[in-house]
Amino acid sequence: MVSAAVVPAGTPMPSRLALAKEALAARGGIVLLLVALVVFLTVPLAMILVRSVEGRAGEFVGIANFIQYVQSPALAQSTWNTLTFAIWTTAVTVPLAFLFAYAMQRSCIPFKGLWRNIALIPILAPSLLAAISFIYLFGNQGAFRFMLDWVGLKSIYGMPGMVMAMTFASFPHAAMILMAALALSDARLYEAADSMGTSELRKFMTITLPGAKYGLISASMVVFTMAVSEFGVPKVIGGNTNVLAVDIYKQVIGQQNFSMGAVVGLVLLLPAVIAFVIDHIVQRRQQALLTARSVPYRAKPARGRDWALLMLVVLMSALMLLVVGMAAYGSVVKFWPYDMSLTLAHYTYGLEEAGLEHAYRNSLVMAAWCAVIGAAVTFAGAYWLEKTKGADSLRPLIRFQAMLPMAVPGMVLGIGYILFFNLPDNPLNFLYGTMAILVLSTLVHFYSSSHLTAVTALKQIDSEFESVSASLKVPFYKTFWRVTVPVCLPSILDIGRYYFVNAMTTISAVVFLYSPQTTLASISILHLDEAGAIGSAAAMATLIVLTSAVVTGVMFAGERWLIRRTQAWRNTRQ
Amino acid sequence: MAAPQPSSSSEALCLEAVHKAFGDFVALKAIDLVIHPGELVCFLGPSGCGKTTLLRIIAGLERQTRGTIFQNGRDISNAPPAARDYGIVFQSYALFPNLTIAQNVAYGLVNRRNGRAEISARVAELLTLVGLPDAGSKYPSQMSGGQQQRVALARALATSPSLLLLDEPLSALDAKVRERLRGEIRQLQRRLRVTTIMVTHDQEEALSMADRVVVMNHGVIEQIGTPSDVYERPATPFVADFLGKVNVLNATALGGGRFKVGSVELTLPADGNAAGDPVRIYLRPEDRHVEGDLAQLPNRLRGRIARIDYLGTVCLAELRCEALGQPMTISYSLNQLHDLDVREGGEVEIALRTDRVRVFPEPARA
Repeated sequence: MVSAAVVPAGTPMPSRLALAKEALAARGGIVLLLVALVVFLTVPLAMILVRSVEGRAGEFVGIANFIQYVQSPALAQSTWNTLTFAIWTTAVTVPLAFLFAYAMQRSCIPFKGLWRNIALIPILAPSLLAAISFIYLFGNQGAFRFMLDWVGLKSIYGMPGMVMAMTFASFPHAAMILMAALALSDARLYEAADSMGTSELRKFMTITLPGAKYGLISASMVVFTMAVSEFGVPKVIGGNTNVLAVDIYKQVIGQQNFSMGAVVGLVLLLPAVIAFVIDHIVQRRQQALLTARSVPYRAKPARGRDWALLMLVVLMSALMLLVVGMAAYGSVVKFWPYDMSLTLAHYTYGLEEAGLEHAYRNSLVMAAWCAVIGAAVTFAGAYWLEKTKGADSLRPLIRFQAMLPMAVPGMVLGIGYILFFNLPDNPLNFLYGTMAILVLSTLVHFYSSSHLTAVTALKQIDSEFESVSASLKVPFYKTFWRVTVPVCLPSILDIGRYYFVNAMTTISAVVFLYSPQTTLASISILHLDEAGAIGSAAAMATLIVLTSAVVTGVMFAGERWLIRRTQAWRNTRQ
Repeated sequence: MAAPQPSSSSEALCLEAVHKAFGDFVALKAIDLVIHPGELVCFLGPSGCGKTTLLRIIAGLERQTRGTIFQNGRDISNAPPAARDYGIVFQSYALFPNLTIAQNVAYGLVNRRNGRAEISARVAELLTLVGLPDAGSKYPSQMSGGQQQRVALARALATSPSLLLLDEPLSALDAKVRERLRGEIRQLQRRLRVTTIMVTHDQEEALSMADRVVVMNHGVIEQIGTPSDVYERPATPFVADFLGKVNVLNATALGGGRFKVGSVELTLPADGNAAGDPVRIYLRPEDRHVEGDLAQLPNRLRGRIARIDYLGTVCLAELRCEALGQPMTISYSLNQLHDLDVREGGEVEIALRTDRVRVFPEPARA
């Protein structure tokens, strides 16, 4: 029988102090996040604007720098090259990635998991690896140099090599977006079409393509932005073909002309921002496409189609492996192409000779910090933004700034960081040249995607947890720790992995910010290539791929183990 | 806070002129409402009528634009949710998926620094109360929707709140489970005498469970009353229309309780309509006599059955009566349907039952 204790007696109220503490924790977190974004993102970017209207000595010159830029034929040529490079890369990558994604989602070919993993390899590699590989393959001493004559090319250096290497580097990003777009399809539409006797081609044109339209636009914008912002590939395989990202580097590092660097940075920002805005508008529309009642489409076997797509996927995978394999092979060949005997010398004294033993260690340290701090800060930030109350006028400002890094090329962020943190009277000046600034710039550079991952995970859990906690007089931060973090653990670990891999492979923002003590593995590839030590450059690139792959694998296995141990509640359906 | 003092001066909940706007959209207009201790009140209305907003304002999850709220005589208008005294159950259950059932129920108890033994005794007591005595070590994903909702109820009651808020608690459940849980919640609420507000869009749920029903539409309260008040004596055309089925007959008042519908003259126990006023007569399908000595009764009609909707226990027939000039729906029990041999196309005679009929003036044209 029920005892008298169940009769409502009224709940004891939390003290005024406890309530004030909770409200302070909610608002304090929001203010802290906003301040961090302003200091480490918006102000450095604003510094570019300020610097672009200043002369070399810091005097105000109005639009003189811009006039000088427009009148300089070399810089105008760079703008044209950048756009050509980005358009070619997009035009080659997106159709290939679409075919690949179509084979993965809409056919019955075997070993899909294997092909998918091979296609994702470029994510683990610095984009420089592809450039080095294509030099080994088609360079002046390349293994397949003769093939260039078949298509009427004189040299791989310049636009052809840049587009090829960039296609390799951007392929997985486009393929992932398109696989997601093709995964979302309502089987009922195809069944309705079948019941009316529709031909395969007509179904493709009227259902598949329109359904993937937003994915195609989104993938195009992502590839375009990547190519526009790319620094490593044109630097290594561009030859005399200059692009804007390389110009910024030359202006700032070569000529110490920060004002002109700022101007070029602003010019580079323009196409990236336009692509970002288009992508943003498109993604907003995408959401209304599928309803809760849709039934997911499952491909049925079709012999001809499956064979054709399998051949295509095998060919693409082989090329992917060839590119990675070529760099790895080059890294163990003694002196390409004259002495083809195998050696590990490029890994040992090749790197030692260049004084780069510590570069690899620095990269590991930086990537580890990025993974740990990034996962914690990004997830906590997204939680505070989406699930707490108070300070509502600040929230749209945070949302906007959280998405901003996606539109900002790394080179632009990097120049903003030098301009801001190198100011002698900036109290944060002590960060300049430290490991901390490398970690900070990398966190900001890759913040948007991580933030989106966290927000998506948070939106998938019940929106009333915080309301229930409040009714039970439990402060929200206890529920955050006890419920939200355990429930979202897989996504938090994904964010950590994403930061780690990107920190290992990135060069764009950090190329302006490292000091001799904090030089990184990815940056050292650039220096080794400049010094003509292509074997050692290939060795370092291979080392990064291996490290990314091993760490990703270990983290993935650890994640599985942790989830099995701590998350018994997950797979216990009746 | 002390236990609620059941005195006439402190009602369980007292809302005065509560107003809520989201930008230009007015969600609630001048809501005045008193909830007595121990009663179960249902907020009933179509989606978008403001009933959930009103519940969330009472819970402190939304802030009213204007107006005051008193709970047990205490002004809680600006208190955050944690400083109010209530337990809440949501449509989505909102159980913490990574905690066991026992940990979920104990969630609010742990915070009160009760002893471990005391907490587990309380959890066991509550789980027994909701009929799940052995579920403590399971996880929410191992339970059915109905079971999860009972756990959510136990969690909401764990801290002995003086007010229980239920936000469409049964809407996500299957029809059979819904019906059973409806009875169980009502029984539990009566036994604990906990003041309860339930939001629902299901009229059957509201009528069968509530002590009083608050019918809402477009952000205003249309009527507050017992289930029989709102069903049998609807105060507005909206209430008459929203609850159950109703025939709306266009008519002209002739004065003295007489009305002309088509070429028929009806005498109804309704006055206040001046002769010549256009009115609408609201008449439910069951407001008719079909058996016995009809010739003795006033307001008789003769017509042809155009169609029968077979619904089981009670069936609806469309009656075409030339003199009325408009079709109307009347109900027959399954037994009457067979005993009186009512068929599509057949002629029937009925007499209108006028004690529950409502007459409203014709709404002004916009």
